[in-house]
Amino acid sequence: MTMATTQNNTGRTRGGLNLQVIGPIVALIALVLIGMALNSNFLSYANITNVLARSAFIGIIAVGMTFVITAGGLDLSVGSMAAFVAGLMILVMNQLTTSLGVSLPVILLGIALALVAGLVAGLINGILITRVGIEAFIVTLGTMGIYRSLITWLADGGTLSLGFEMRELYRPVYYGGIAGISWPIIAFVVVAVLGEVVMRHTAFGRHCAAIGSNEKVARYSSIPVARVKLATYVLLGLLVGFAVVMYVPRLGSASASTGLLWELEAIAAVIIGGTLLKGGFGRVWGTVVGVLILSLIGNLLNLTDFVSPYLNGAIQGAVIILAVVLQRKGGTER
Amino acid sequence: MADPILSLNGVSKSFGPIEVLHGVDFELRPGEIHALIGENGAGKSTTMKILGGYIDASGGEIRWQGQPVSFASSEEAEARGIVMIHQEFNLAEHLGVDQNVFLGRELKRGWRLDHAAMRGRAAALLDQLECHIDPSARVAGLSVPAKQMVEIAKALSRDLRVLIMDEPTAVLTERDCEILFRQIERLREQGVAILYTSHKLSEVKRICDRVSVLRDGVMVRSAKVAEITEDEMAAAMVGRELSDLYPAKAVPADEVMLEVEGLSVPGLIAEASLTLRRGEVLGIGGLVGAGRTELAEAIAGLRPRSGEVRLMGRTLPAGQVKTAMERGLVYLTEDRKGAGLLLDKSLRENLTLPLLHRFGRVLIDRRAEEAALDKAIADFAIRAPDREMPVGNLSGGNQQKLLLAKTLLSEPQVILIDEPTRGIDIGTKQQIYTLIAELAAAGHAIIVISSEMPELIGLASRVLVMHAGRIVGALDGDAVNEGAIVRLAMGLGESNGEAAA
Ligand SMILES: Nc1ncnc2c1ncn2[C@@H]1O[C@H](COP(=O)(O)OP(=O)(O)OP(=O)(O)O)[C@@H](O)[C@H]1O
Ligand SMILES: [Mg+2]
Repeated sequence: MTMATTQNNTGRTRGGLNLQVIGPIVALIALVLIGMALNSNFLSYANITNVLARSAFIGIIAVGMTFVITAGGLDLSVGSMAAFVAGLMILVMNQLTTSLGVSLPVILLGIALALVAGLVAGLINGILITRVGIEAFIVTLGTMGIYRSLITWLADGGTLSLGFEMRELYRPVYYGGIAGISWPIIAFVVVAVLGEVVMRHTAFGRHCAAIGSNEKVARYSSIPVARVKLATYVLLGLLVGFAVVMYVPRLGSASASTGLLWELEAIAAVIIGGTLLKGGFGRVWGTVVGVLILSLIGNLLNLTDFVSPYLNGAIQGAVIILAVVLQRKGGTER
Repeated sequence: MADPILSLNGVSKSFGPIEVLHGVDFELRPGEIHALIGENGAGKSTTMKILGGYIDASGGEIRWQGQPVSFASSEEAEARGIVMIHQEFNLAEHLGVDQNVFLGRELKRGWRLDHAAMRGRAAALLDQLECHIDPSARVAGLSVPAKQMVEIAKALSRDLRVLIMDEPTAVLTERDCEILFRQIERLREQGVAILYTSHKLSEVKRICDRVSVLRDGVMVRSAKVAEITEDEMAAAMVGRELSDLYPAKAVPADEVMLEVEGLSVPGLIAEASLTLRRGEVLGIGGLVGAGRTELAEAIAGLRPRSGEVRLMGRTLPAGQVKTAMERGLVYLTEDRKGAGLLLDKSLRENLTLPLLHRFGRVLIDRRAEEAALDKAIADFAIRAPDREMPVGNLSGGNQQKLLLAKTLLSEPQVILIDEPTRGIDIGTKQQIYTLIAELAAAGHAIIVISSEMPELIGLASRVLVMHAGRIVGALDGDAVNEGAIVRLAMGLGESNGEAAA
């Protein structure tokens, strides 16, 4: 009996989960191979660093989104939340520069503000969803509109820019790094690794999956359902704030079109990575692979010229649908 | 004797590398009520699903009226008049009762749905089942037995040749069972072949014509019910003689563990009071819908309530499940699929879910979890072909054992158990009864809610009976008998002085 048990154990992981586990990785490898065949520059240090650094923002947000979706929720507001937080951060930093001058404290205060603003925005979403009891889709659809309109209003329809000297001082946070690896990439890796550990090895991660799988069972198992769900939104908000901290030094500005469609890219990355949209099962490493797949597609189209980059969205869309179809095949037959 | 309408010839079935049915022979005849019995995990549900066209056999032959057939799907089986009611319900929760009854076979007038006709026929079927639910009510809001009745109405609405029911009576009260039996007998008169499983052997003895016994995937015996005793059935199932089903009752101490005073839940429970002592097994009887589950849930913090609950002298705040658990009071749900277990997760993840903080500070200690699972599998005799399988694929009885293990993991002092042996085979039942008695003897205090009279009588030293949201009577010592419980449960008068105390 015990022998059969252990044997079967490994057999199952190899057989049953097959496609689901390796699907995204195979797709990623295929993309890299195609890229190598099409353009010799593809694997160059400059290109790879560029792709990774740009995907870091979405990536950091998508890690948070993985928790929200795993716990059966959804957040459509992250893109406009990022834009709003970026705008707020720039405004306040410009204000502070007048009193504190172009100095490190301004940057630190700006960073703290972005993190707190993200956290509060997540808290508002979470409270409306868990305490007031409004559908997550509706709440975040609402806040998505609100933040988008707030940033447009703050920027008066135009662009909010960080003062020139301030921008120079802040620049290294995006463009600098250690050992040739830029800060956004390091940040993304750290967030992803922590996220993976939290999801798989802590009570919080387990509770998220339990709630997404069956909320009633979770409640009867004395899990503080509302609190855990709230925490997922707060975590996501905080990570949005963190992504903004990395994003602002890149361009030094924010406008009504900042972070446009980020929410969809983040959700898509999560789903491509194998997390179930209806909740109950999530994996952070999958999300990372999803993010990479999406940004590599864009990058490839830019590097080659027989498919127009305007078709980027179409190809990404097809990949998302394909990913879900493949997962279903792997998942339903029992 | 009529020729078999549906039969199995040397049928085997494997899930992955594990064979769970080994060359099963079986015959079902028109106009008979046939019971399929066996221990948890013996393969009863699997056999039925093969007969109903829900899963394929891995080997052997299925015969319909003597001719080999293979059903590509359950629809094909249904087209021949074979209808199966599953152990776990197959209802669209968000649709109405009438919509469920006619799901996939909607009545139409021209191209439009004929709502009036469907509602009318559904109402007539429910009436026939003496089930007073509104045909337009949403299924999600129904109680478990009511859902079962909807399943039965759904089956009755078709052209039936073979009716297969997987543990239909497990979730029904005795009264509902009687109604079901009348319907089954009516169908037998019409020449329908009926196959069903049950862990209640007395019921099998009374209702059935024939009984077949599965043990570990092998058909070990098939006999006319008239020619086999209940004890022989049990022995054939378990493969050994069984001693007394109920252990000796422990004598309660004086120390009060749980005190409930004037507990009310709006619309469900009115002014319920009770005391529970160390070492006591207190039974709560009553019909389904009398508020037994709601009372237990309210005590355990799963429902908002008013009134006072004191656990070992300290007031327990309302609506706080976690606090209740930490202070040593737990509730084992009757709804194991809806509220008890995460069906798509593994045994380990289910077992440790309420108590993850005990398995490692920050990171979960996987090894400690595995050890806990090893212990649970041993203590509760859980039979799982594969530890990593989703618990939804465990047999019903083994799910129940896992749920027990999960609930008792926190080593609670006061345990409220709702329907402890629903869907559990007789051998395991005995183990669970022994376990309850041992827990009581070790100084725990236990409340057992059960719709099975013999269980209440056999386990509890004192029985409270509920009717329409009130505790209408308390029976003690020799006064605990079936007649008295039933009378109280039906709302026929208070018992003795200490009644609604
Ligand atoms: N889909 C599946 N995958 C793997 N194993 C399965 C699957 N379905 C059932 N089994 C296994 O097959 C065996 C027989 O299960 P089955 O449900 O037929 O038992 P049963 O006799 O109905 O038990 P119970 O009285 O507890 O309902 C069990 O060991 C069960 O774990
Ligand atoms: Mg079964």
